[in-house]
This record gives sequence, C-alpha cells and structure tokens, in this order.
Amino acid sequence: MNSVLEHVDAQLLTLPGLLHRNGRELGGQIAYREKEFGIWQSWTWAEAAHQVEEMALGLLTMGAAAGDFIGIVGRNRPHLYWSILAVQSIGAVPVPLYQDAAPDEMGWVLAHCGARFVIAGDQEQVDKVIEMQGDLPALEQVLYLDPKGMRKYDHSRLHSLAAIQEEGRAQEGRYLPELKARLAALGPDDTCVLIYTSGTTGRPKGVVLHHRQILAVAKASSEFDRLTHREDVLAYLPIAWAGDFIFSVGQAMWTGFCVNCPESEETVMDDLHEISPSYYFAPPRIFEAQRTSVMIRIEDAGRFKRFLFHHFMEHARKCGPQILAGAAVGLWDRLKYKLGDLLIYGPLKNTMGLERVRVGYTAGEAIGPEIFEFYRSLGINLKQLYGQTEASVFITVQPDGEVRADTVGVPAPEVEIRINEEGRIYYRSPGTFVEYYKNPESTADTKDAEGWVDTGDAGFFEEGTGHLRIIDRAKDVGKMASGAMFAPKYVENKLKFYPDILEAVLFGNGREYCVAFINIDLTAVGNWAERNNIGYSSYQELAGHPKVLGSIQSHVEAVNRSVAEDPMLSGCQIHRFVVLHKELDADDGEMTRTRKVRRAFVADKFNDIVEALYDGSERVSTETEVTYEDGRKGAIKATLEIRDAKVVPVAGARQVAAE
Amino acid sequence: MNDMSNPEGYTTPDGRKIGPVLMEMKNITLRFGGVKAITDISFDIREGEIRAIIGPNGAGKSSMLNVISGFYVPQEGEVWYKGAPRPAMKPYEVAQQGIARTFQNIALFEGMTVLDNVMTGRLNHMKTGIFAQAIWKGRAEREEVANREVVERIIDFLEIQHIRKTPVARLPYGLKKRVELARALAAQPSLLLLDEPMAGMNVEEKEDMSRFILDVNDEFGTTIALIEHDMGVVMDLSDRVVVMDYGKKIGDGTPDEVRSNQDVIDAYLGVAHD
Repeated sequence: MNSVLEHVDAQLLTLPGLLHRNGRELGGQIAYREKEFGIWQSWTWAEAAHQVEEMALGLLTMGAAAGDFIGIVGRNRPHLYWSILAVQSIGAVPVPLYQDAAPDEMGWVLAHCGARFVIAGDQEQVDKVIEMQGDLPALEQVLYLDPKGMRKYDHSRLHSLAAIQEEGRAQEGRYLPELKARLAALGPDDTCVLIYTSGTTGRPKGVVLHHRQILAVAKASSEFDRLTHREDVLAYLPIAWAGDFIFSVGQAMWTGFCVNCPESEETVMDDLHEISPSYYFAPPRIFEAQRTSVMIRIEDAGRFKRFLFHHFMEHARKCGPQILAGAAVGLWDRLKYKLGDLLIYGPLKNTMGLERVRVGYTAGEAIGPEIFEFYRSLGINLKQLYGQTEASVFITVQPDGEVRADTVGVPAPEVEIRINEEGRIYYRSPGTFVEYYKNPESTADTKDAEGWVDTGDAGFFEEGTGHLRIIDRAKDVGKMASGAMFAPKYVENKLKFYPDILEAVLFGNGREYCVAFINIDLTAVGNWAERNNIGYSSYQELAGHPKVLGSIQSHVEAVNRSVAEDPMLSGCQIHRFVVLHKELDADDGEMTRTRKVRRAFVADKFNDIVEALYDGSERVSTETEVTYEDGRKGAIKATLEIRDAKVVPVAGARQVAAE
Repeated sequence: MNDMSNPEGYTTPDGRKIGPVLMEMKNITLRFGGVKAITDISFDIREGEIRAIIGPNGAGKSSMLNVISGFYVPQEGEVWYKGAPRPAMKPYEVAQQGIARTFQNIALFEGMTVLDNVMTGRLNHMKTGIFAQAIWKGRAEREEVANREVVERIIDFLEIQHIRKTPVARLPYGLKKRVELARALAAQPSLLLLDEPMAGMNVEEKEDMSRFILDVNDEFGTTIALIEHDMGVVMDLSDRVVVMDYGKKIGDGTPDEVRSNQDVIDAYLGVAHD
C-alpha cells in the first residue's frame, strides 16, 4: 500500500532523521528566517539541527519520557517548529494547539491527551495554561519562549525554553548517549504528531499520524509540484492546523526549503511582500482580502493609472489564464500581455508579495471564481486542493494546466477515491491516519477495516475530465418539504463570492422554502460607506443600514437567478433573509477555529431569528450573548429587518428533484 | 521589612525592589500672578516605584508634573533630584538629566513615521556632530545602527511593529498614545513622567496601557510618575499615591491608605452640608 516510500533509506523515514540529513547535506543553506527587531534573522540547517539537539537534551534533563505528550502553542516561530522536532527526537509526541483557543478549549485538549509538558510562545499562552491547570493533573512543567512579562511568575513549574536549552547543553555529557539511543529507536511507525481537528460538531478529535504517513504525503506532494530546497514559504497559518504541519514541517524537512516566520500577526502582509515566497498557501478569505484591498486602492489612484489598470486587467482576464495554462494564444495578445506584465501585472504582484510564486494553493473553502481568475490572470499559478487532517491533508489536487475554479482536481498521487450511491466520498491513501486518540468508536465510524475513510463530504466526478466536484458536507445535504434537494454550502458559496458578504448561513432542511443569515464584510462595506458618505458608528449600525440591505438584497436575488439555472438545486433559492447584527465568531462557538460555520449551533443560538424568518414578520428584536477576547461576556440587543427576496419560479424543479 | 520609610529602600508585596529617594519635592509653592496653583507640597519619588498623583479637575496635578519636569519653576521650595537641589533649567537640560515625559494632548510629529518619531527620542544619545552625520560612513552610521537597535527593542516591547512605517497622523488615538510612550522610553529615562496616559481610552485600551506601564517598570526598572483621572487604574498600578485638591496635598501613601483617607473621600465624593 505504501509504495511511495519504497526506495527511501530507513534513516530518512522520520522527521528528526530528515533534519539530520539536511543539517549534513544542506548545512550552510538558510533553513529558517524570522523577522525580529525589524530585521530578518536567519538560521542555517546546521544551526537548526544544533538548536533542536539542545532543546531535546533540555527536555531530557526535565525527565521527559518517550511517549509523553507535549503541547505546543504559540504563533509561527522557528523555535516552536524546532521544539516540535525536539519533542519527536526524544520519542515524545508533539500536540500543536491553536493559539487563539479559549482557555477551556485548550484545557480540554491538554487534558484529553494528558500532556505532561507545554511549550508556550508567550505570556498570553502561559496564562491560559495556568488558568486551566486545576483540570490538568498530568501537567508538570510549562516552558515559555518569550520572557516578556514573565518575571514575576512563580517559576517552580515554569521555565524559559532558553534556560532549558542551556541546561541541556551544560549536561550534554550526561544526556547525549540517551538522546542518541532515543533517536536510534525512532522509526517510521512511531507517532509523528497528534493534531486535534476543530470539528463543526462536538468536541475535537485527536488525529494520530505516524512519521510514515506524514513523509509519504510530504514526498508525494513535493514531487507532484516539483518542490526543491530552493523554495521559500511564509509560515503564518496556525501551527495546530494540519496544512501548516505538512507545508512548514513535513515538506520543509523532506525538500529542505526555507520556512519564513512573520514578525507578528499584524505584519503578515508586509512580511509577505519582503519575503516574496515561491510556494504559497492561503485560505480563500486571504486572497479575497488582498484583492479587495488592491481594488480599493486603485479607486483612489489618478485617472490615467485607473484607466491603465482596468485596460490591462481586461486583457489579462481575456488571455492570462490561457497563457498560464500553456494554451495557444495569438502573437498580438501575447505581446500585449507582456507589456501589461511590465506596466501593471508585475508591479501589482510585487506589491502583493506574490511575484515569485511558482505554486500557490487555496483550500479549506470554495474560492470565488472571480477571485480565482483574478490571480490566475495575473500569471500566478494558483491552484486548489481538497483534503483533511485525517488524510495528512492531500486527497485531490489540481495538476498544472488543469486548473479550474469549480473543481478540486484529480486524486493526489497514490490516493484512491470511491463515491457511494448517495454521493458520499471515501478515500484510501498512504497518508491515512492511524486512529483518533482515545476514541475507538469515532475511528471505527470513520475508517473501515480496508482503510477506506469517510470524508463526510458529498460530491461527484465530472465526466470527461475526471475532476472531483464537492457539493457539501454529506450530513448538511438534506431534503426540503417538497422533496427538493437542500445543499446549503452551494448557495452560501455563491453568496460569499460577493466581496461585501463575509459569511452566509442557509436554512431550509425539511422546510417549505429557504432563508438565510448574512454577515457583511466590514472592510468592503465600510469602504463603500465611506465613498458614499454614509456615516455609521458600529458594525451593527452599518449592517442594518437600508442601503446596505438594498445592495445585499440585489446580491441575494442575483444568486437566486443563478441557483434557478441548476435543475437539481433550484429549490434552494432564498425567499427571505436577514443581515445579522454581529459577525459569527469562533470565540462565541459559532465557528470553528478554522472558520467553518457550526450550523446546528447557529440555528439553535439564533432560533428566534430563524422563526421570524419563517413566520412572515417584518422585523425581529433579539438579544445575543457575545464573548470578548479576554473571555468576559456581554450582550448586544438589536432589532433586525427581515427582507423578502425575489425568486425565480422553476416549473420543472420539483419533478426533477422528486425522481 | 517592608518599611516604606526605610531610606535604603524596601521590597513591594509583589517582590519588586524599590530603591532610595530619586526626587524630592520640598515645600513647593507655585503661583501664577495672584493664583496659587500649588501650596506647600512635599513628597518624594523613590527609584523603581510607580508613583501616582491624583486629584479632581483643577487640583493642580498638571502643574505639579510641570514642576517635576522642570518646565515650571516654583516660587517657593526646592526640587531635589539625585541627591542635590536642582537649579532652573532649559527643557533639553532636563532631558539630559534622564527625565522623559508623555503629554496629555499627544505631541508627536504627525507627518513622520512611527519609527522616525521614536528615533527622535534617541537624540540625547547621539554624539556625532553635523559633519560626521553628513559624511555618514563610519561613526555616524554605527551610531545610528546602535540607536535603531534600542528603538526596535522598544517597538517590539510595545507591540507596534505593524505600524513601524505608518505616518503618525493616520493612527487611531490609542496607538498614538503608545507611540508617545515608545518615544519617551527611547530616551532610556531614569524618571518617566506620564500625563494622563489613559485619558480618552476605552476599557480595552486602558487594560493594554496598564499592562505596558507595569511591564516597563518591571523590565527596565524605570521609575514612573503618572497623573491620572481614573481612580481604579491608579489604585491597581501604583505603589504610592499623592492626592491633591485645590493645590494642596490631602493624602499620601499606599493605594489602600489613600482609599480609606477621609479627606480623599470627601474630595472625590463631596461633603454633606448639614
């Protein structure tokens, strides 16, 4: 089954093994960069290997045993990536955690795996662990990276990572043989990482992945896109997310490319510009935000610049994607595209920090065709992939030259896919997870004896091209009272493709007709308000402005027209909608940390609004609990206007759906 | 052990070392024409402590801060600094003595970037002359690099990396206050004066600012004297508090002592007329 790794030297079948290879063979090459104090600091592979060894020795001096679970939480920093490798080196299991998780979410995960140690990025993370330590009997010591503000803390169970590293180096003579023995005992079938999925329902599940799986996927995907040690990536997505683990740890170790860490969360866009990665990954919302900001800034430019921009962007839309895909394009168009590249596309890509991108991926959500085309037409090789933590990310991926906005591509190397009669997607791959930690029932529900894993998604293979198209989460696909198919995601995505709609939630399962919640995008709508001299003092006020409602209504009606064209889904047109007074937020439990809507929770929490949408009332008064960043709770009151949207009558719809 | 009157210093309940007296006000009286802004006030500021001056509007707090900073020269009384009486001096001389301040109404260079603004705080640490600066290579460059490093550490400390290159005029109020603090810190002062650091801030911004003030005191050991309206904030932050009303000192001591002082309660809540 695992043919990807057949001819690979056994020593290279663990991440620490690869680190030592990189330290030997690519010793002088830059492996990590981090911007600190305004300057990019860098470490070579040899230095990184040295740091990891010190940390591993330090962990040994603290008595960390093989098989221990060690939580790692903080923003993307080289030291935290090294700590992952150090933990693996001593045969322990790293458990990366979301840094924006609330204390009880973090506490639950640490308690579930029984972590003995936690390595925390800064004071904020340490505070959360300390707050929860009453529930964590197994927790012994906490290590921290950034000493700021930590001086007054009780240090009996708290140490700086640097001090532990120093201690490790000082006691090298005593512990080095032990470290070597642990490294030698490490094999591809030892646990590489325990990643908790954020889960749209219920508690997170701990996905156990071995070195073998991570490396099989890292190797296959690196070869698929011909990644080399010369790539630069920007590591800015949460370290607890499987994608970051594959890109910034797995693939980085396999190919030996350079991982760049931003200075802070707020500086990511500037850092992106400075690093200009050659291999780039972002969820659709980042691409969307970047495009929105470009469009807003162009509107502020002089008339000539605006003309130039729009003229050449028009041309790019016409033949950019074809040129990128290597299709035949006329000489004149080619020359004009070259000129456009010189005047517009090149400088634009440079500003966005995407000038050197050779391979770019978007995943996690569907991307709007307009946004996708925008980047493709500029000559940026942006592609889509479909995956999940349980598969070590990769399930399907778009090969160069076969890139489209509406599919997620063909099965990734060595991945088998099966779709059952109901349209549910199953896969089997070398990256398939071992089990859910301490959760055999869920493991058995998800993975069968032959290794087929249920994705929980519904979809189909497109005839002719063999590309996979995803419809929705299988459990979300339902039937309306009339028997017509209900696929909320399909409609929500169409809504979200409008820049001023950030989030949408569709209801209608088992009902007569569909209704929707809509969140406006504050950046886009705020900018529009500014241009149109519309004053507002809060998100709530802007969201309830009649002109905003009017423009949202026009989008909803446009979506209805487009939905009506699909005979299978024409029943999903939106009859009534409301623009919510607050943004759906992970802190309030309405979304997962990876920003996926928790549908059932939202329906329950805003039950009064859903009822109002169905009982025909024109407005609804509601009070909603909100959680502030520091964990305090408050309530906001609002009276929301409910609007009716025009729907397109579809004669044949019921008939088709009822077949 | 925790004797605050010990001239050698004392240890606070949370374990910080407070040193000997850094500055002492001896019977200060300040008049503007016939108006007495400050009447016969004495108190001291010890090394490493956070010392607050509070009082209702018009109590003379800002005048007091201006006396401390040397901007106003009192008609009566003496200011002792680092063990010697301080003569009247020009603002730049005050700065050279290691005193830096922020202002109630932000006084930054609006058109300059955050980085440039903070760099101006290093002015007293630049030794090269105008010709060396013009030639640039060599000494002047090395000096600028060293100063930039100090500034970058402060930018990192106050978490304003993302606005490093943003012109100050484009920043919201709360961030401007933080930039002002950064500039004052860049001078590496031995005494930092903060004039209403929380004025006009929302709860979250106040929390952030409080944390930064505590961190500055803790990490750099900077002595801080601050004026503040918000009683709650002051009581949480300060080691000792001076309370003023109508230009007179009506209370002096730890936050707890001050809180239970009847004169202070009267000044803040008013006295019943019976």
